[in-house]
Amino acid sequence: MDGLNIPLNHILLVSSLLFAIGMLGLMIRRNIIFILMSLEVMLNAAALAFVAAGAHWGQPDGQVVFMLILTVAAAEVAVGLGLVLQVQKRFKTLDMDHANRMQG
Amino acid sequence: MLEIGFFYTAATVALVATVMAMTRANAIHALIYLIVSLLAVAVIFFLIGAPFAAALEIVIYAGAIMVLFVFVIMMLNLGEKGDKQERQWLQPSIWAGPAVLSAVLLIELVMVISQTSGPVSVTAVSAKEVGLALFGPYVLAVEIASMLLLAGLVGSFHLGRRYLERDNLEKQGGQ
Repeated sequence: MDGLNIPLNHILLVSSLLFAIGMLGLMIRRNIIFILMSLEVMLNAAALAFVAAGAHWGQPDGQVVFMLILTVAAAEVAVGLGLVLQVQKRFKTLDMDHANRMQG
Repeated sequence: MLEIGFFYTAATVALVATVMAMTRANAIHALIYLIVSLLAVAVIFFLIGAPFAAALEIVIYAGAIMVLFVFVIMMLNLGEKGDKQERQWLQPSIWAGPAVLSAVLLIELVMVISQTSGPVSVTAVSAKEVGLALFGPYVLAVEIASMLLLAGLVGSFHLGRRYLERDNLEKQGGQ
């Protein structure tokens, strides 16, 4: 079954470019909100690759994994934003370089 | 092929919007670009024959998760300068970029809808197949995902509750 007229290579290329942009953002930004956004971009890129592969072979597994990635992203962002509130409360800044020491 | 053109337009919009989101200084501006990027990815999902994934992308990613970001940024931004900032955000130079990018997506949507025998008819994997797979061979993964969501709920409640309680304690101590 071939429902896909777009070459799979090109979708995977877009997906890997999105992932690379997200990873670059993760490395160059120090604001924790931007770090969380970069994580979202990276998860989204991975989900795009899964859905594209699922569509290419006509299997539902790609979209099933997409939903699991969606769940992981939702749980991660809920806990991450709770941590953002704590960091802002404790350090009065969102710069992660101020919070790089562990207690002990 | 028109469909290929749609795909490259949406992919370009997604990449440009993501780069813009990663390079903004203001978190809200970045968030607007990120929403445009997610919408573009949803268009790609639609074009490659995954309409259910496209709908979920818009409802959960661009809707729910981004609203969480907006809430937290707005909670952190409380202050007397909020009004001035609000007026600054309404300047056209700030929303022009996201508006142009999402207008491209809107034009694409109108073109897709107006042609009857286009990419709309392509449904490689229907929502029914996904549902059957999800609650058939993948039912254990669904259970694990539900436990993950419960853990996320409890964890974020814990973190947020301590945030609020300390706020109240400080207020009482100050009085």
